[in-house]
Amino acid sequence: MPIRPAAAIRPSEITAERFFHMRRDVLAGALGLAAASVLPRGARGAAPVTPAAALKYTRNARYSVADKPNSYEDITSYNNFYEFGVDKSDPAANAGTLHPRPWSVTIAGEAAVTGTFTIEDILKPHPLEERIYRHRCVEAWSMVIPWVGFPLADLLQRFQPTSRAKYVEFTTLLDPKQMPGQRRAVLEWPYVEGLRIDEAMHPLALMVVGVYGRELPNQNGAPLRVHLPWKYGFKSAKSIVRIRFTERQPANTWALSSPGEYGFYANVNPKVDHPRWTQATERHIGDGFLAGRRETLLFNGYADQVASLYQGMDLRRYF
Amino acid sequence: MSTASPRAPGSIERRYRLLYKPLLFIACLVPLAWCVAGVLALPVPTLGADPPRKVLGILGHTALNLLLITLTVTPLRQLTGNAHLLRLRRMLGVFAFSYALLHFITYIGAIQGFSWSLIVKDIYKRPYITIGFAALLLLLPLALTSTNGMMRRLKRRWQSLHRLIYLIAILGVWHYWWQVKKDIREPLVYAGLLAVLLGWRLWRRRRATSKSASPTAPGTT
Repeated sequence: MPIRPAAAIRPSEITAERFFHMRRDVLAGALGLAAASVLPRGARGAAPVTPAAALKYTRNARYSVADKPNSYEDITSYNNFYEFGVDKSDPAANAGTLHPRPWSVTIAGEAAVTGTFTIEDILKPHPLEERIYRHRCVEAWSMVIPWVGFPLADLLQRFQPTSRAKYVEFTTLLDPKQMPGQRRAVLEWPYVEGLRIDEAMHPLALMVVGVYGRELPNQNGAPLRVHLPWKYGFKSAKSIVRIRFTERQPANTWALSSPGEYGFYANVNPKVDHPRWTQATERHIGDGFLAGRRETLLFNGYADQVASLYQGMDLRRYF
Repeated sequence: MSTASPRAPGSIERRYRLLYKPLLFIACLVPLAWCVAGVLALPVPTLGADPPRKVLGILGHTALNLLLITLTVTPLRQLTGNAHLLRLRRMLGVFAFSYALLHFITYIGAIQGFSWSLIVKDIYKRPYITIGFAALLLLLPLALTSTNGMMRRLKRRWQSLHRLIYLIAILGVWHYWWQVKKDIREPLVYAGLLAVLLGWRLWRRRRATSKSASPTAPGTT
């Protein structure tokens, strides 16, 4: 075989690295879209079909823990979101049917400003920040998640809750077409959750729109969810379509379903066991196979900031 | 497979020894191989974000599946008239025990992190764990007496002892049912299958006793 001299490459023909990667992203996105249109629902992989849009945000170190965050893969493939199935891998596989845009949120109840608002109107005035939060599931596993969002209090105050607004209720979307898990009555749909107004106004209560600097994937509660790092995960309502200010304590789905096992407050508490398992310790997702359990901290490690909310309360009774 | 085959009876024995049994052995090892491969190559996508929980589930499901398959051998033999199927039963039973034991070991090591006080507390305080543990304890004598020597030595008592398998299967399904959080579809399927397998035996026994007790039954004097 004749050996040819190397062809001269002009500098203009070399693709800069950033453009090279851009081309790959475009290709990956196109492939993802093509796969999404060909494959039946549920056959899609755990990875998001299209790369989520990057968000503009600042880091909030004051409200971030120093723990190492879990991987994006762990956070977006291991979810309890029964609207898409009861298995932890179900939401990542099935949440492609959810349309987070267009989206609207209804504000109701004891507030001066009520009505239905587009997601754009809801989000517009709020600068985004990243907070690395601990997340503790009632099932005794935990993660560390870099959320992107803004203080829930800032949003709630815009609607001027009245003096009768003692509680806030959050309702998740009800649409079995978008949320196939709702075709079966595993829980009472729609999912509802609630907070005392002082809990909701606490600076740690976060309205979440993203994770790892990108828009929330559907399986994590797109387009809008709360996160309350001192409470068990089920308190943090996902894919919210309605926020209602109430005078009386609202019902919450898991407490309705099994009142002996799940309460309204659901504060992380190592001293109050779940009837079927201990809450004194937890398994941290991402630790080694035989790494063992970690100690669970009162209020998930946020006791300094939130313990005053519950002064004088019997936490065993109000579990 | 038919006993009316012109081949020598020894050839069927050979086929079981050299082909069917080794194939079944390999098939029974597949779930374990999946777990071991996943754990050794951590982090792997096959076991997901929570390998301990996944491995626990795979081993527990396999133990329960093998228990039910073991209980299917007798009805299948009665329906098909193929007595050779019994040759596979011991392997299925011993594998069911092995998977139940590995499931328990995974619980001890990977879920509870060898925290013995927690494990002891769980076993007496949490009913679904108590039940699962009881099922495992009851499986132990069956596994220990599964050898030909033990069968010979225990004679009739061997069969009475091994009837424990019915109770063990009930406890196994119960254990699964009670640990499910909300969606009981799967445990319900297991319970249904077990009801059919046990119901079949009850029905056969009833029919047999009523036939032998009936004075008008033909062929009796």
